[in-house]
Amino acid sequence: MKKILWIIWLLLTLGIAGYYSFQMLFGVDKTEFLIGETTYGHYQIELACETCHTSPFGGEEILQNACLNCHAEELDMVNDSHPKSKFTDPRNADLLEIIDARYCVTCHTEHHRDKTLEMGLTLPKDYCFHCHENIDEERETHKDLAFDSCASAGCHNYHDNRALYEGFLLRHNDEPVFKAIAKIPALTGEKTYRENNPNYRVLEASDVNYLGYSGTVDDAIVHQWVASAHGRNGIECVDCHVEDSNDSVWIEQPNHNQCRFCHSEQTKGFSEGKHGMRLADTLSKPLQAISPSESELSFKESALYRQHSCSACHSSHDFNTKTAAVDACLSCHNDEHSVAYVNSPHHELWLKELTGELFENSGVSCATCHMHREELIKGGGKSNKVTVVHNQNLTLRPNEKMIRPVCMNCHGLGFSIDALADKQLIKNNFNGRPSEHIPSIDMAIERDKQ
Amino acid sequence: MKKAVKLTAIVGVLGSAALLISCGGGKSVGIDPKVHTDALFAVMKADRTNYTKLIIKRLGPSGAGVITPKEEWKDLTDGAPLPAQMFRAGAEAVRELNDTFTYSLQSLWPINKQNAPKTPMEEEGLKFIADNPGENFYGTEELGGKNYYTAVYPDVAVAAPCVDCHNDHKDTPRTDFKLGDVMGGVVIRVPL
Repeated sequence: MKKILWIIWLLLTLGIAGYYSFQMLFGVDKTEFLIGETTYGHYQIELACETCHTSPFGGEEILQNACLNCHAEELDMVNDSHPKSKFTDPRNADLLEIIDARYCVTCHTEHHRDKTLEMGLTLPKDYCFHCHENIDEERETHKDLAFDSCASAGCHNYHDNRALYEGFLLRHNDEPVFKAIAKIPALTGEKTYRENNPNYRVLEASDVNYLGYSGTVDDAIVHQWVASAHGRNGIECVDCHVEDSNDSVWIEQPNHNQCRFCHSEQTKGFSEGKHGMRLADTLSKPLQAISPSESELSFKESALYRQHSCSACHSSHDFNTKTAAVDACLSCHNDEHSVAYVNSPHHELWLKELTGELFENSGVSCATCHMHREELIKGGGKSNKVTVVHNQNLTLRPNEKMIRPVCMNCHGLGFSIDALADKQLIKNNFNGRPSEHIPSIDMAIERDKQ
Repeated sequence: MKKAVKLTAIVGVLGSAALLISCGGGKSVGIDPKVHTDALFAVMKADRTNYTKLIIKRLGPSGAGVITPKEEWKDLTDGAPLPAQMFRAGAEAVRELNDTFTYSLQSLWPINKQNAPKTPMEEEGLKFIADNPGENFYGTEELGGKNYYTAVYPDVAVAAPCVDCHNDHKDTPRTDFKLGDVMGGVVIRVPL
């Protein structure tokens, strides 16, 4: 009897071990191996495990390299205030014993969502204390401030302080609520394309070329294409629907891989943001594009199962960027902030721009703030090329990241800081004035006078 | 037979011990840490002086005026790091490339308080070079369970802008620096 029990136990053990080993090595769906709920930042890619866990062996360095593989460029771009290199001097050894700031996972542990605070933080919020406990001796203005309030809206961020450092606050301390000329930078893509392709031709419906395509084409599609930026600049059907000039295989629905041939910056940004991160080349395995049903935000019922691709916002053939900037967003997003947009002053400006009552680039669409325009940086300087940043993560959280590239196109710094600190104002889509006042600029002025 | 086994074991143990002693017991060869840190400091000092003279002085406001050396240089399209910032950037870049030595710029009167001495040896070294102009300080210390050879070299005010900036900066704890004063020190550490 005892022998039989042992045999059953052995077989069960081998069976379970065999099942999980098979799943680990050859399984397509590795959900069973998730050790806890993944944070909002990474849940979309949680099943591409090897994107972060690149090797079963190795410790923090393996994970650190995985973090940097996706986030290093942004940290560099924002002049990270606490880069790893600040902590590798042995004189900081005592500090590292408390918080090992050389590694991202020290502060951002994944798969522990129940212990994760805003910004993916998994440390107590007063962590600044460990290195800056004597700040009140250096800054009279900081006396009696609690250490869990350092990263409060409008004060400090651990990584990105481009709009919050003292010199910047002082340089912009007396700006009005509205700037004299309130507008966003004009896009340069079409102009640049024409400069680089002086032989471009404005195409007409008769120029349509379906090389390799045997189906029928609706006239409406041809008209949309002729009126689009593609038609205006000599981009033919085959430029998108055929992979390369030597290939005659017709692609029925071109995806981001086709778009990237010409729109590399935009496609890269798309695959780094919430809309396209599942399509990023950096993933260990291809994933299906995200659809609203998988998100915890509020979306319209009719949009729940739409999959996100370039054409989800830039509807095929007309590629109307005005539609992509507002209508596309509101056809899916249904949260309080999004719904309130249509009654906001920003939307009023947008409508006036559309009707020509206000000049070009003075309206404020969803994309104005969440997919802002930025001049490409070339070396240490600017390139005179303005493009739409398709990675909305760059300015989403903490929202002070939006101040310099977005808000300050039209508003003064002080107003921008206060507005972004007012949660109610954000909910009603900035319909009114801030009820909060963040004293960062006042503190900087006071210290400067001393 | 048992005796033979015992004898073989004893001979084996003694032989292994002798081999181990012979491997590690001789006088260690390699560069003297002091020579090493002195050489490193010479390179650092030369580069820093050259950056100040050949770049900042030549291209900055007192020269061609095509660059703006400023603390917040990253926010200016023509911005250039101040010599001290360039020095720190070098120290950070070296730590990314190499773990056989580290260096930093510190002061008993730092503008940024994070650059004040932290370890007893840094404190002792910075005081020594301030009290004994022209001399360097050398010692050993343990940090985070590792032993280090620590050398501290004087950082002397060689140009008027250095003195003016440190005396006038709102965060400076000292406002009476003069040309030739020891304003701080370069701390070089080599793990032993």
